[in-house]
Amino acid sequence: MSAISEQKIPVLRELEPLLPANEAVIKDRIVSSIYQQAEAICRQAVKTGKPPVNLDARLDGILTSRWLGFPIMLLLLALVLWITITGANYPSQLLAGGLFWLEEQLASLFMAWGAPAWLYGILILGVYRTLAWVIAVMLPPMAIFFPLFTLLEDLGYLPRVAFNMDNLFRRAGAHGKQCLTMCMGFGCNAAGVTSCRIIDSPRERLIAILTNTFSVCNGRFPTLIVLATIFMGALVAPAYSSMLAALVVVGIIMTGIVVTLFISYLLSRTLLRGVPSFFVLELPPFRKPQLGQIIIRSLLDRTLFVLGRAVVIAAPAGALTWILANSFVGDVSVFTRLTSWLDPLGQIMGMDGIILMAFLLGLPANEIVLPIIIMGYMSAGSMLELDSMSALRTLLLDHGWTWITAICVMLFSLLHFPCGTTLYTIFKETRRARWTLLALLLPLILGILTTLLVNQGAGLIKL
Amino acid sequence: MHSSLSLADIPVGSSARITSIVTIGPNRRRLLDLGLVPGSRVDSIRRSPAGNPTAYWIKGTVIALRNEDASQILVDTRGVF
Amino acid sequence: MTVNCHIVSTEPGKDNPTVRNHFIIALAGNPNVGKSTVFNRLTGMKQHTGNWPGKTVIKAEGTFYHRNRRYTLVDLPGTYSLHAGSADEQVARDFICFSRPDITLVVSDATCLERNLNLVLQVLEITSQVVLCVNLMDEAKRKRIQVDTEKLAQELGIPVVGTAARSGQGLNRLKNVLGDMVDGKIVTSPRCVVYDQELESLVQQIEPRLAIYMPNWVNRRWVALRLLEGEFNLLNHIPHNALMDYPRGEIKEDGALCLL
Repeated sequence: MSAISEQKIPVLRELEPLLPANEAVIKDRIVSSIYQQAEAICRQAVKTGKPPVNLDARLDGILTSRWLGFPIMLLLLALVLWITITGANYPSQLLAGGLFWLEEQLASLFMAWGAPAWLYGILILGVYRTLAWVIAVMLPPMAIFFPLFTLLEDLGYLPRVAFNMDNLFRRAGAHGKQCLTMCMGFGCNAAGVTSCRIIDSPRERLIAILTNTFSVCNGRFPTLIVLATIFMGALVAPAYSSMLAALVVVGIIMTGIVVTLFISYLLSRTLLRGVPSFFVLELPPFRKPQLGQIIIRSLLDRTLFVLGRAVVIAAPAGALTWILANSFVGDVSVFTRLTSWLDPLGQIMGMDGIILMAFLLGLPANEIVLPIIIMGYMSAGSMLELDSMSALRTLLLDHGWTWITAICVMLFSLLHFPCGTTLYTIFKETRRARWTLLALLLPLILGILTTLLVNQGAGLIKL
Repeated sequence: MHSSLSLADIPVGSSARITSIVTIGPNRRRLLDLGLVPGSRVDSIRRSPAGNPTAYWIKGTVIALRNEDASQILVDTRGVF
Repeated sequence: MTVNCHIVSTEPGKDNPTVRNHFIIALAGNPNVGKSTVFNRLTGMKQHTGNWPGKTVIKAEGTFYHRNRRYTLVDLPGTYSLHAGSADEQVARDFICFSRPDITLVVSDATCLERNLNLVLQVLEITSQVVLCVNLMDEAKRKRIQVDTEKLAQELGIPVVGTAARSGQGLNRLKNVLGDMVDGKIVTSPRCVVYDQELESLVQQIEPRLAIYMPNWVNRRWVALRLLEGEFNLLNHIPHNALMDYPRGEIKEDGALCLL
């Protein structure tokens, strides 16, 4: 009874002689008694008829079957992305058209008012343009992707995914619930990191936290979707372009999952060694989804939340980028100085200085990486009205992009540092600077190595 | 005693009655709280496509356990249909 | 096998029922029983989420009005039990026990009631102000499972309301029952689990000795059982002064809800 004396609580000192030594046995007896009573009450109050055909079991038989389990998972993922890409195209154009029309109105308002050029620059070319881009590009895919994801969640499909994939996580030395936190990360890594609380063992929770950034989050989906559409979609006939784009995005997601498993494996054999802890997964019955609730929840809790966050962060970042691009030291802008300094590194990674700069400035939120790239190119001379995908394609091609560049940007988007919010969340959850630092360095080093290899490899075989 | 058989050993589609739980500590309590109390019936219903974990029907709910956890639960298959 | 045993009454109306019209309801339940659906249906959009003080567990709170009374619904984490084995379980247990909600509403799944009653019976060991919501009645019907809520209420000694929260069925009745409960129109006589003789005799020896160490509103039978299980940590959460009391029914900020 050493545990008691250590506590030095008077009541325990008094009770010590009364407490038996076999607490474990007593626990068993208490739980058994409660269950016996529960059973007795149920005998009185519950009547069970002959159950009808068990549809859940049949559905589970298909969704978790040996041969179909994994293909169905991949197919559903591709389907969700394909619907998102196809469906987002038109509203995206419409929104962009509307927002740039508004920009013209605002511009003429500024002219009429006689506003100074720098104010016009910061507010319209900096803040407004970035915001317009973030809204036009991000809102439609999110408004489609989130409800679809919530629908799968509501149906009860996610626990089946965890059931199918658990063996992989088990072999990687990770907790079975890491699969669920990983899925959560597809929405938002900060939310994914927070959801790691469902893992009780500290060791496995850390593994889940450190690898969550390898789940492509919604801040990054638009970048991937746009680049895949522009560069991969254009390789085939228009009829198949969104399908190919969807497959490329699936490929990036799968790469992320493989990296998650690989890093989990490494961590559980080096820094975070230990045995997998106890894991229970409930497979609840499939439920008829409530469409109204799904739309309200996914639009309010997810879409508007993520968009709001992006807008709040994108506005100052847009202003900062414009200021950097328009403050001159000598006759070269600060932005150009910084980007040309980063350029050599960018080049060997298959990208350029502006792209790396965009990732750095995009630390607060991944959503603004592509807008900053665009602003960077446009401030470098191009006076393009950016109102469509084809205009964007022209802009990127003009600045020397190839599909290798696109692949490297997509890979680096998957593998670089987590966004500021996620890092802050990691720090809050782990309460350790060193784990936060590791969460930053691990994907960054991996990203640099990967893009380096891809770019150099592509150069070697002369693609 | 016929007690060397564990929950992980029983084939999918068969049923058993729990005789005892081997694990001690907090995991023991978790298993008990799930309804895996001695005397209750468990049905093994399906295995993950990757072979592990296995899903069981326990007191009205489908619960998946990794095989190494299920092997901590001793069962008796006699007289259970 | 079962008897009604005495539980320290913690009726909410006692601190001047004519003045109070704001009540706190804790929402407990197993995972996957539609607890959040009940929560959303009752509170609509009037909810906000945060963290439990000092805990890494998400806490959701919402309000609703019914019959001119205001209710704050606190969504506790979904748990199979209240044994403080995980952070979730500890949060749920501490709130029910120490924050003293006016009512603890337990949501359960009609299709697997037996496992859900495990939690219900554990809650009943802590407090008598409990309402049981048997959710997913529609699903149970589809699976040909009949739950006799009246019989259940009789067996448990607390109000039981059958609902199908997804379609909103039974929620008005649930609100009425909650209202009747805070009005003092419903008096519960919860049935508690009786353990084997050896345990019961130990409990009877320990229970009276706890009196001077903790406030009256702490359920001493429950504390005695936890001590027998070796959960000594619990004592760190209980105010040591027998006279200690804190104002209840008031929500000022996050800290006020989870006082410890």
